[in-house]
Amino acid sequence: MSSGRSSGGPSKHTLALFFSERVVPFLSRPALPALLLPNGLYLFSSNAICRYLFEVSGQESSDLCSQWLEWEATDLQVNFNQKDVDSQDYVLTRWSKQNKSQVCVFPISLPQEGKRNILLTSALPYVNNVPHLGNIIGCVLSADVFSRYGRLRGWNLLFICGTDEYGTATENKAREEGLTPQQICDKYHAVHASIYKWFQIDFDFFGRTTTKKQTEIAQDIFWRLHKRDFLVEDTVEQLRCESCQRFLADRFVEGICPFCNYPEARGDQCDKCGRLINAVELREPQCKVCRQTPVIRSSKHLFLDLPKLEGQLDEWLDKSTGSGDWTANAKQITRSWLRDGLKPRCITRDLKWGTPVPHPDFAEKVFYVWFDAPIGYLSITANYTDQWEKWWKNPQQVELYNFMAKDNVPFHSVVFPCSLLGAQDNYTLVNHLVATEYLNYEDTKFSKSRGVGVFGDMAQDTGIPSDVWRFYLLYLRPEGQDSAFSWADMALKNNSELLNNLGNFINRAGMFVSKFFDGCVPVMELQQEDKRLLAQVGWELRQYIQLMDKVKIRDALKHILNISRHGNQYIQVNEPWKNIKGGDSERQRASTVTGLSVNIACLLSVMLQPYMPAVSQTIRKQLNAPESCINTMLQGTGTFVCALTAGHRIGTVSPLFQKLEADQIEALKKRFGGQQNTASAKPAAAPAPVAVAETAAVNGADPERARQLTQAVAEQGDKVRTLKAQKAEKAVITAEVAMLLDLKKQLALAEGKSPEPTPQKGKKK
Amino acid sequence: MALRELSSLEKYLGLKKPNKYSTQGDKKVPVLQSNNGAPVAGLVTIACHLVKQAQRPELLGDSAESRAVVQQWLEYRVARLDVCTKDDIKITLKDLNLYLQDKVYLAGNQFTLADIFMYYGIHPLIVDLAVQEKEKYVNVTRWFDHVQHYPGVRHHLPLVVVLRNRVYTSGHH
Repeated sequence: MSSGRSSGGPSKHTLALFFSERVVPFLSRPALPALLLPNGLYLFSSNAICRYLFEVSGQESSDLCSQWLEWEATDLQVNFNQKDVDSQDYVLTRWSKQNKSQVCVFPISLPQEGKRNILLTSALPYVNNVPHLGNIIGCVLSADVFSRYGRLRGWNLLFICGTDEYGTATENKAREEGLTPQQICDKYHAVHASIYKWFQIDFDFFGRTTTKKQTEIAQDIFWRLHKRDFLVEDTVEQLRCESCQRFLADRFVEGICPFCNYPEARGDQCDKCGRLINAVELREPQCKVCRQTPVIRSSKHLFLDLPKLEGQLDEWLDKSTGSGDWTANAKQITRSWLRDGLKPRCITRDLKWGTPVPHPDFAEKVFYVWFDAPIGYLSITANYTDQWEKWWKNPQQVELYNFMAKDNVPFHSVVFPCSLLGAQDNYTLVNHLVATEYLNYEDTKFSKSRGVGVFGDMAQDTGIPSDVWRFYLLYLRPEGQDSAFSWADMALKNNSELLNNLGNFINRAGMFVSKFFDGCVPVMELQQEDKRLLAQVGWELRQYIQLMDKVKIRDALKHILNISRHGNQYIQVNEPWKNIKGGDSERQRASTVTGLSVNIACLLSVMLQPYMPAVSQTIRKQLNAPESCINTMLQGTGTFVCALTAGHRIGTVSPLFQKLEADQIEALKKRFGGQQNTASAKPAAAPAPVAVAETAAVNGADPERARQLTQAVAEQGDKVRTLKAQKAEKAVITAEVAMLLDLKKQLALAEGKSPEPTPQKGKKK
Repeated sequence: MALRELSSLEKYLGLKKPNKYSTQGDKKVPVLQSNNGAPVAGLVTIACHLVKQAQRPELLGDSAESRAVVQQWLEYRVARLDVCTKDDIKITLKDLNLYLQDKVYLAGNQFTLADIFMYYGIHPLIVDLAVQEKEKYVNVTRWFDHVQHYPGVRHHLPLVVVLRNRVYTSGHH
């Protein structure tokens, strides 16, 4: 409606006024007039254009002017009859720039010149299995900590993972549930994604192996191996279960290991001695499904000629293990594999659900999962960006980290690299193989079937925050040897390290600023003692960086806790709460100690970010810390910078952690202990509803169960009151109280509410 | 609610004493009772006034061009977004999605008042989007998630969950 023209001044602006022109590229309905600014942006509001021209010509607008313009836009224009623009006549043609295959929300990461480019993978979890705590710490959580750390260090990092979806287990599950394998995968992929989201795993992309890209890339590698004569054909004897009417996949055959006599050896690998075996080599084999003895039948298959590639593999392995940060167990497992001698490895199977073998002679077959699955890393990246080869065929610029549990090592250090070496396409091979040992549960192993251990989203149901889980699992990370999850220990570490050490220090530092210095960081005049503390903190920080650079995640965590321990001691010794009431020099001490402490708290928030991202963010929010502090302190060898200078106003400080009470822990331990009853002495009348509630899987809101549980809670409550009135034995009362609390928690869940933390003991009465 | 937005903005700006507001007319246009003379009316006008009061002029843009762009998006918020009909929503999101394809913030590379007020205004639309739609308007979602996590911005509005990983593979649109 208006036609503004700049009064005086060079006309460097392009003003479009004609209705037939569609000038502003991103607007569906043409908006005119439109002004193309020198910086490339468009103005499509006439008021904005006028303001701009006014300013450019040296005139200023006032509040009153803005007020009228706002009224004009919201009131006056609206009440004019606007021509109803039929959007069908102005269908926006797609930008030529718009990338159809753009799949990631955030700017795509690609290797950059001059930066350390890191490609980070975590072993792909099998889609059918709900991950337990051991899976999580072994793979995705470890990788996540390193990925967050790497970003803080300024490395150019890409973190890729996804679900491994092909294979017989999925086929069988599909048959059981009456769905297609694809539907099963869709369903369980979402389960995995949500569990990892709860644990705050910050993937750049979490994909799947059942994509077109997977088929393309796997078949390409296959043909390249074939053309270069690295594949051998042979007839294989396979175990076929006549009663189940199919060839048995390795995981469905159990027998006695031919090497170590372990009676529960599986068809592909012996759990006890770790050797790879062929199912037909098992002694006294049995079909796991029907327990019949399978028969041996012949079938033509293709083999990857590992012995032919051994020379290249050795050469590459020497270089990689020599210069990279391989964990000791990874090196040792690989060495023992090579010592046993490499044999050709079968890469095809007689199955339906898998990547099809493109060779006409093997038309009805698919690739064996251990040939196919690691290619998933590449195809998932290909689904993230069309330029995936910049990561995967670029060993000069890219460093590849593979995170996994130790049972996956041989496939990542021998079989997969051989496939890539044989394909001869300049593939990026693993530079740093990081493998963990096993995490056990209490004094046994995790078992879904027996209901032992914490699985999937059960962690969320406990009401214990995600960051606390992360902290404890990382504290326990099985690096040199197996470790064991223990509820009692988790409570202990939460209460002693998080609450009394870390939380206490950070909270005190912030509280002093709020209470004694009106919420502003006070002036710091550093004396000898303070400089000593700075040196100590600086040393711990440098150790942290050195360790984290080498993926020594568990050890690095200790240094964070050391710093806060030093901090607590420093506050204890200097007693700022007393000094603040003293004379000038004492008040200055209080001021310095407080200021330094709160800056240490800020440093801790940065060092904590890879481990406990939510807590880290909360600390910074409470301290109102500038975003810039995140990037500066972990650069180089580590510098402790004064991020919160005198006068900086902090936010509202509040406690970061809560105590885990003994009865809460007892109840949780029982809940996840499986069908076997814990041997603690209990009175004879153990109420039946409790046992049922414990072993049942935890679901969402369930009104029927809620009613049952309400009844059970009432009964149990009465029981506890009676026992207390009768002054029964303390152990007896404690046990019954534990049951009551657990029931209440179940009830809250059944009502769809989140279980609240246990109320303080002795609060009432 | 205009008054809640202004209150949140005051918190973001760190203004120590909250201002007094009233409303006028049946559209409930907010009015700021100014100390020195004339009252200031209009959501956007008041917001800009507060920014100047807090001495954060960079939030309005650091050049004539970016200032104009900021004003444009502020106007867009009150004149178009607030009166968006159901049919308009898809078009609005599509346009914004294209616009934000190569920009971190609405004014380009700088965080401005435009981002704050467009975030306030678009929040109810985003809340109602399904996961698949959020992925369709990939750039809007990205910008939105960025702004809602920007320190000090989100006060009166609940956090909207944005999945960082695609659940729907690209072929499904």
